[in-house]
Amino acid sequence: MGNRCAVIGVGQTRYQTKRRDVSIAGLVREAALRALEDAGLTFKDIDAVVIGKAPDLFEGVMMPEAYLADALGAAGKPMTRVHTAGSVGGSTALVGASLIQGGVHDRVLVVAFEKQSESNATWALSTHLPFNASLVVGAGGYFAPHIREYMRRSAAPDHIGTLVAVKDRQNALKNPYAHLRIPGINRQMVESTPMLWEPIRYLETCPSSDGACAMVLASEDKVTGTPAWVHGTAMRSEPMARADRDTVSPQAGKDCAADVYRQAGITDPRREIDVAEVYVPFSWYEPMWLENLGFAPEGEGWKLTESGSTALDGDIPWNASGGVLSSNPIGASGLIRFAEAAQQVRGMAGEHQVDGARTALGHAYGGGAQFFAMWIVGAQKP
Amino acid sequence: MREVAVIAFAQTEHTDHDEGLTDFELIHPVIQEVKERSGLSRFGFTCSGSCDYLAGAPFSFVSALDALGAWPPISESHVEMDAAWALYEAWVRLQHGDVDTALVYGFGKSSMGDLRAIMTLQLDPYYLAPLGLDQVSFAALQANAYGAGRAELDEIVRRSRADGRNNPRALDLDDPSGEEFEVEPLRPYDVAPITDGAAAIVLAAGDLARELAERPAWITGIAHRIEPHYLGMRDLTRSPSAEAAGRAAGVGKGPVDVAELHAQFSHEELILREALELPAETVVNPSGGPLAANPVMATGLIRIGEAASRILDGGAGRTVAHATSGPCLQHNLVTVLEA
Repeated sequence: MGNRCAVIGVGQTRYQTKRRDVSIAGLVREAALRALEDAGLTFKDIDAVVIGKAPDLFEGVMMPEAYLADALGAAGKPMTRVHTAGSVGGSTALVGASLIQGGVHDRVLVVAFEKQSESNATWALSTHLPFNASLVVGAGGYFAPHIREYMRRSAAPDHIGTLVAVKDRQNALKNPYAHLRIPGINRQMVESTPMLWEPIRYLETCPSSDGACAMVLASEDKVTGTPAWVHGTAMRSEPMARADRDTVSPQAGKDCAADVYRQAGITDPRREIDVAEVYVPFSWYEPMWLENLGFAPEGEGWKLTESGSTALDGDIPWNASGGVLSSNPIGASGLIRFAEAAQQVRGMAGEHQVDGARTALGHAYGGGAQFFAMWIVGAQKP
Repeated sequence: MREVAVIAFAQTEHTDHDEGLTDFELIHPVIQEVKERSGLSRFGFTCSGSCDYLAGAPFSFVSALDALGAWPPISESHVEMDAAWALYEAWVRLQHGDVDTALVYGFGKSSMGDLRAIMTLQLDPYYLAPLGLDQVSFAALQANAYGAGRAELDEIVRRSRADGRNNPRALDLDDPSGEEFEVEPLRPYDVAPITDGAAAIVLAAGDLARELAERPAWITGIAHRIEPHYLGMRDLTRSPSAEAAGRAAGVGKGPVDVAELHAQFSHEELILREALELPAETVVNPSGGPLAANPVMATGLIRIGEAASRILDGGAGRTVAHATSGPCLQHNLVTVLEA
């Protein structure tokens, strides 16, 4: 794992449908300045910048790191652009951490963003390449069959997805940065919204958000303020076209979790992790990932959701921030998970703070549920 | 830093037209070739570079993953940059000490669209892209600012194309001729050709590199720097980011037998020679360089592969590779390789 690394600053923008008041550069700079302020630093103190976002077609700006170098104070420094599909926000944090763990730099600024209002993500995801099958369905249409297969295998009752949708939006009411803040959110409200992709209803999906998230990472010698220590980092990828891969509980997710738990010395994630920020863009992915990440035995993830274990006052809160279901600037969504995990162990999560959180999981996935990025952060030095 | 070396390199026979290959079909042979050359079938880390805008569709790297046989699942990442930056990420990952090998690859089919117009989309989307300034036009601005002599530029192109004809992987291009301008002062032959292709490199650390290769090409320095985006804020007659990266990588700490420069326009070679303070005796782009084959997103990685090959095959003792990104050499990565 290399040298020790810690999160010493976090900055987020208020996520919303359209940020008409700022350019893309203004948006990323807002998050970066907040992260620097949190760390008590300025751009001058930063050795390198790592930026991540989902496909360039989402804004229509190709390789935007070239244009954003000025706004992020990167001139004269190394700058790297990461793109690993939906997991990219998580991967961006890991590439930044890697620079410190590898002993190359002492202070790295990582930033991820999406300004979905500049384009149309479902359109950008539905292009048709020659000699390839195009589903023309966006992400929801792609994942819905996997969810139906999960429901068949686990015999989970139909209302589990609704419970997740309500729980995450209730958490979002406590998070000032969250996009969807729906007062009085309840099951009836979710169940009365239109069915988009059976079994996913409108309020069981993530919103389209504009937003950016940034973190300042530091080597042990350069830690200032309240650090969240990195205890483990892992990425895993598997091919889209492998005939016998399990798209409901992908092997890459299991392997990635096993790797990051091994590094952090975790043998029983449900007991040893205090709070998890997990990439749940469609409600049913909470029970699916509860199993994939080893928080529940196969077929029983939905029981944790149903019993309230994953609620803010449960024994293993998932997505205390409101999660991807409440804010989804796609390329930043993974980094927000990683940053919120860090805020929890720093004791700086505000109203959605989980009391006494010492160990937290940040998780992101992407592609056809085939790219995974995870980290474990802790209040204590590893 | 931990000792890391290039131990294997492979590239496609690049073409100036679409051969109807999918990304998978383009990449698979070079991946197989570096696996055979290195004797490795699994790698501690994998990283690639590509660009969605060349294919005009999102996630070009997703189908590429199918070319790797990524099963069981692999530890893998991707940069939306030239694959030279993927190599940098892999080199950093090898510094952690827990993995000893890495696979790096890059690919691009610039035949699929109008590269010159596509590169416009890399500019500031509010203030620059709407002006329609295309890639050749902004390169011409730099050529004009630098004030390169026509005879000097012609000689660079003549040498590059002659070397390219001797390189079975590069395109067969005639000696430069013609008086017309593409965008003054650049003639059509000053511009790197449209090319489809892919390349792959295997990195190994320490004793494993010595075991797997007779003469590993050790990376003794590697660094990159970016500079401001707006052309008006930059001195276009030089490349301060290449200068800084070259100093950080330690180019000047020894002789440079060969330099492979990512010059996509003939005048860029002159700017880069100065930025990297290359001695007069250094052989530049013996492969023909980008002016003889420019598979965008792999071109920078190929420079590292070619510079490493001169060491792997015993022909050179110390070489330099350069990769670039962004308009007018905005972002530069420099690698020093030693026997």
